[in-house]
Amino acid sequence: MAEATGIKDIIKPENLVYKKTGIMTDNVLSYCPGCGHGTTHRILAEIIEEEGLQSQTIGICPVGCSVLLYNFLDIDWQEAAHGRAPALATAVKRLLPDRFVFTYQGDGDLAAIGTAETIHACNRGENILIIFINNGIYGMTGGQMAPTTIPGMKSSTSPYGRDVKLMGNPLKMTDIVATLPGTYYVTRQSVHTPANVRKTKKAMKKAVQYQKLDKGTCFVEIVSNCPSNWKMTPVESNKWMEENMFPYYPLGDLKVPEEQTNK
Amino acid sequence: MEKELRLMKGNEAVAEAAIRAGADGYFGYPITPQSEILEYLMQAKPYTTTGMVVLQAESEVAAINMVYGGAACGKKVMTSSSSPGISLKQEGITYIAGAELPCLIVNVVRGGPGLGTIQPAQSDYFQAVKGGGHGDYHLIVLAPASVQEMADFVGLSFDLAFKYRNPVMMLSDGAIGQMMEKVWLSPQKERSKTVPEWATTGKPATRKRNIITSLDLDPNAQELFNKKLTDKYNEIREKEVRFEEFQCEDAEYLFVAYGTSARVCQKAVQLCRIAGIKAGLLRPVTLFPFPSKRINELADKMKLMISVEMSAGQMVEDVLLSVNGKVPVFHFGRMGGIVTAPDEVVEFLKSKIIGG
Repeated sequence: MAEATGIKDIIKPENLVYKKTGIMTDNVLSYCPGCGHGTTHRILAEIIEEEGLQSQTIGICPVGCSVLLYNFLDIDWQEAAHGRAPALATAVKRLLPDRFVFTYQGDGDLAAIGTAETIHACNRGENILIIFINNGIYGMTGGQMAPTTIPGMKSSTSPYGRDVKLMGNPLKMTDIVATLPGTYYVTRQSVHTPANVRKTKKAMKKAVQYQKLDKGTCFVEIVSNCPSNWKMTPVESNKWMEENMFPYYPLGDLKVPEEQTNK
Repeated sequence: MEKELRLMKGNEAVAEAAIRAGADGYFGYPITPQSEILEYLMQAKPYTTTGMVVLQAESEVAAINMVYGGAACGKKVMTSSSSPGISLKQEGITYIAGAELPCLIVNVVRGGPGLGTIQPAQSDYFQAVKGGGHGDYHLIVLAPASVQEMADFVGLSFDLAFKYRNPVMMLSDGAIGQMMEKVWLSPQKERSKTVPEWATTGKPATRKRNIITSLDLDPNAQELFNKKLTDKYNEIREKEVRFEEFQCEDAEYLFVAYGTSARVCQKAVQLCRIAGIKAGLLRPVTLFPFPSKRINELADKMKLMISVEMSAGQMVEDVLLSVNGKVPVFHFGRMGGIVTAPDEVVEFLKSKIIGG
């Protein structure tokens, strides 16, 4: 058998079941093993390719682990100051109303320093997509407490666990923006299992398609992990996320377009 | 088309000139004494005529970052504010300088520090010409001294901003922003349809992706970029110095003053001449680049120089550097929102002549 079919006989276009999307570049991802960023990037890249949006897309990068995101997707990019991505996106979309404009932000960027920009962009109903990666920690700076760090969770600036009396409560930004009249579609997903990856892709695809309707801001939160700063293996971190993050940040749609609910 | 004569406030002139210069977007936040700019634009609704976007942001921070986003698309975009608001914009301004984006920032200066006062001052000179935010960078800084220049410098600012891919600041003050004068307005220009090759407008198959960023984690690459910026600033120093001289030909005493103080000094020169004192005025029109070479030349024939500014003495440092010890240099000016009176300037000069 081994002699009959060599590896060269198998690697043929007709046997191809999986390949890198054209939108992903060949640059090596700068993320730690097991991190959800890479998976989320790929989902986004696939959607941009499938929707034929490469020439229409302007992405806004955050400050945080995904600060170098512009190296990984082959589209036009703007690098924002920490937390300011929704302000950039606002202007881009208003000046180029026929383009697809999105921001990609972590929890420190979106829910701490950029709280005002996030809420006001959503409240104005800017026709942009905001992708929000929530792993409850500042990853790039080495594991400090984030606005989304859950009660009791340890970080380098909450070494005994987040004491809400001392440090305040985690901020549920996705719940907040879902209450604003300017948002059109708000959902919370994860990318830690194949099933969740498929759900996230479906949700994000909807969000991208909704942009064409000019009906308001779409907001997709990805509850994610941070094996390095949580000091866990990737497998442990996913289990910890399921057991501790999901009860606090339950997955699912928070706001769906009225036209969809009426059906 | 012909020019149109109107009676306007300086702030209104900026707004009208922006529409006529074919600006693509204005992003602002109310603050005294410059709120008329946003109010005028909202009233004029240029989005229904030229297509210019006008948006009231949630903060000065958001407004300058909207300017970043718009500028990164290759659009002619601007913001305006007054001193405390400009402090808030400094983060965005350094990112804009670091990403080499063209834009216009108008500062209608009021007295500080802190909330200070809402009255005119020139105490933001350092912040405007020395960078303002973190890192090594410069803005091109224009100092209008009339309502006419408030209008004229808008188009000039956009031209310079795009020529050098550098943010330009119009450093005005509450007096010029609020006072009314007649102003000749240029005819309406069409908004540009040209897309700069570096602009992020969506990547077509025909070019590589455009990335607008100020980040480079490689120290060697970052230093090269710093050197590139330095070369650019040196080129600007070489080519873009603008100033005006008033009765300098036979002058023995020189006032150096910009904006409102320059108008005060123009009167002071006339008063001096009546009193038989040979005074002259050099008015820097660009504060960066500073007319250092000319001031140094003039120092050869002056007995002394006075930097007249409504501040505790900021531009005087650049006058001192320009003069390089050739003649004594003094600072004079009122603060706290008080506009210096011409006779105060004359008296100060007389005291220095007698004292010297």
